[in-house]
Amino acid sequence: MRIAMGLLSGLIFGLGLILSGMADPAKVLNFLDIFGAWDPSLAFVMGGASLTAFIGYRLVWRRSVPVIAPAFDNPTATAIDAPLLSGAAIFGIGWGLGGFCPGPAFTSLAMASPGILVFLPAMLIGIVLGGASKSLDLFQVKGA
Amino acid sequence: MDPVVSTDFTPWLSLSGGILIGLSAVMVMGLFGKIAGISGITKGLIGILPGVSGPSDRGWRIAFLAGLVSAPVTVLLATGDWPQQAVPESLLGMALAGLLVGFGTSLGSGCTSGHGVCGLARLSPRSMAAVVTFLATAILTTTFLRHVV
Repeated sequence: MRIAMGLLSGLIFGLGLILSGMADPAKVLNFLDIFGAWDPSLAFVMGGASLTAFIGYRLVWRRSVPVIAPAFDNPTATAIDAPLLSGAAIFGIGWGLGGFCPGPAFTSLAMASPGILVFLPAMLIGIVLGGASKSLDLFQVKGA
Repeated sequence: MDPVVSTDFTPWLSLSGGILIGLSAVMVMGLFGKIAGISGITKGLIGILPGVSGPSDRGWRIAFLAGLVSAPVTVLLATGDWPQQAVPESLLGMALAGLLVGFGTSLGSGCTSGHGVCGLARLSPRSMAAVVTFLATAILTTTFLRHVV
């Protein structure tokens, strides 16, 4: 049940990425190129996805517990701190450079372009390094 | 920088795809009680996120990523064609991009899905700050590479 539902959720997410154009770096880079070849389509992806999740979350949160898990596990961090902002800034630079964020990177794997075959392993290494630097507090400003 | 590949404005397709992404996020919350953040799911799988090492928790994460990976294959089987895609060709650039995306999402605790879709849906000020920040640096980066360099 958990495996089948995980697979189905991932498949729907991936089909959404493909249908929306989010899995095409050309479309992502044109979305970011607001002073050039601007293609505003991806604003509709973000809008449609967040609004659907906004409504859907409130429906499922009426349950006391999730269907196949002991409790809802919502993030508890609230601080807008240095790791959050520096991490987001670094992510944005990589996104603007390659046109891939993590979801589309996985979805693009099977199409095996040379770019994704380099990007995905580098991303996994980056995740490990980012986690390590976070635990070392490298980006934690004193008093922040 | 690679030559600019022109793309068509596709508001309805993009909105429909966005709704599918939102539905998936709702499924992950309703079924597993989790945020459907791809960087977070990946990180949990790699096992560096504390408290997620249980085998049952690992199972749905692997299944979810397998579903993501299988999506274009499903499109191929259904339509006979791979989805349209133009990937930048500079391998050095893509290696650097991958490192930055992985490092940044790991340090910043989320990406376009975790902070973007799920965080905005939760009305989290923390996620809103992250979204504004990564959109700003992404726009600056693309603009710099296409119009300044």
